[in-house]
Amino acid sequence: MIGITHIYAGACLALLAIMGVTIFRAILGPSAFDRVMAVNMFGTKTVLLLSLLGFLSGRPDFLDIALVYALVNFLSTIAILRFFEGRTPADEKVDVSDAAQDVNPASTEE
Amino acid sequence: MDLIIDITLLTFLGITALAINRIDKLFCIIMLSGIYSLLCASLFVTMDAVDVAFTEAAVGTGIVTVLLLSTIGATDTQQRSAPHRPLLALLMVCTTGAILIYGTMDMPAFGDPEAPIHQHVAPRYINESLHEVGPPNIVTSILASYRGIDTLGETVVIFTAGLSVVGLIGFRGMQKFGDRKRAAGITRDDMDEHLVLRIIIKMFIPLILLFALYVQFHGDYGPGGGFQAGVIFASGFIFYTLMYGLDKAMQVMPPRVLGYIGALGVLIYGGVGVTTMLLGGNFLDYNVLMHEPLHGQHLGIFLIELGIGITVFSIMLLIFFAFSSRKGLRQ
Amino acid sequence: MEIMLNWISALSIGMGVFLGVTGAVGIFRLPNFFTRLHAASVTDSGCAFLILFGLMLQSGLTIPTVKLCFILIFFLISSPTATHALAKTALDCGAEPTPHPHEER
Repeated sequence: MIGITHIYAGACLALLAIMGVTIFRAILGPSAFDRVMAVNMFGTKTVLLLSLLGFLSGRPDFLDIALVYALVNFLSTIAILRFFEGRTPADEKVDVSDAAQDVNPASTEE
Repeated sequence: MDLIIDITLLTFLGITALAINRIDKLFCIIMLSGIYSLLCASLFVTMDAVDVAFTEAAVGTGIVTVLLLSTIGATDTQQRSAPHRPLLALLMVCTTGAILIYGTMDMPAFGDPEAPIHQHVAPRYINESLHEVGPPNIVTSILASYRGIDTLGETVVIFTAGLSVVGLIGFRGMQKFGDRKRAAGITRDDMDEHLVLRIIIKMFIPLILLFALYVQFHGDYGPGGGFQAGVIFASGFIFYTLMYGLDKAMQVMPPRVLGYIGALGVLIYGGVGVTTMLLGGNFLDYNVLMHEPLHGQHLGIFLIELGIGITVFSIMLLIFFAFSSRKGLRQ
Repeated sequence: MEIMLNWISALSIGMGVFLGVTGAVGIFRLPNFFTRLHAASVTDSGCAFLILFGLMLQSGLTIPTVKLCFILIFFLISSPTATHALAKTALDCGAEPTPHPHEER
């Protein structure tokens, strides 16, 4: 009979596969927002992976770390979005594909 | 099972590192380095080093991403291409790497308990830590008591980093940003524009600060301690800054006060050491702090963790303010 | 009782993994940023909730359950907020919510 630890192990492997796809999207993503979304999703998957690993190895201490990851993941997502805000005013339509990343920030201000 | 997880995570690490190397758009590199840091922290967790994973998560994904974003906000977003192909450098690096790998062939296996390095102090720490020092978390007892003077060095290094940032940018430079914004009457009223974010973050900040205090005082029993708590506390203030603006944040926590607080933390740490000397023991020998050695150890560890947490919080926040106000001066 | 808890946990974690894989396929195949964002948000809320709920059932009434509960509540509040913030910023910066007729991937 399949025990609960096998379920944990299977879920860990599936999460690793999902994380792989997310890294792929982070490397490929044609626009900057795709990458931000991929990093956010990667952080969430890491939290789940750590919780499962904690239960798999019988050490629930890992949940403190999982909580911190959730926090810093949220922080870095919000920070990135404020960064975008500070550089592109709302009334200027900016192309956020990779080509636009070449623009020197000095020319988009003032 | 562990092997599969380790191999997969290391493969992801390699792929991410290669991608960071090949892409030259700095913003994308920052994103990928956030992923890199998360992968490293997961690897530390699989190696059972939970305190290190904690610190890597708090610092590498949170603070470093924010600081790097402030930096590229003030500079270019495109990496300058190298003027020549560095073939000689590549050759030197490959040769050195090959020699190093050849040198590791003689070393004992990874994590071997019979290795010579684990035969001297490690058994003493593992066997005697509970009787001599007290906390169930051996990492805390090593960091704070057995090797307390190394930790004092680390705290002073962090303080020195803050000193150099202040020396380069200056309190007046940071204050000028706040004054300029107020004088120009710029009150970017995004009260309605970001209502959802403002309310959610306003709700979260006290909980984050409370969690930081939990991590600080729980360092004896689980992963945690002064460093991680200071970083998480600073993250709470960084959240506030991101939502309400740098000038309001500098009104809440003026940079000069942060400088004093940073110095206070190092003073607490060094003060404990001097106190133990005045009470008759060695420098940072906590046994003489109270009537019983174990109580003295407990008090000593509590005080120095407090000092570490205070210093780390104030210096992290100071560096963030310094970098962000540079970006502000260009606007 | 324990067998029933095991079954419910297994079911919950299984469904969570299924939602996660769905989200991963979504961010790989869908054509536009906003559609991919929608797929990722499915993962962040559905997959996280179900897996953490399954783990909570397994650990009984102890401190780890409380911590899992905190993580769960934090995810429930912060994931949709992050998705909202991403979508709003992308819209403000000019990303198109609907793909052009000639856009392929």
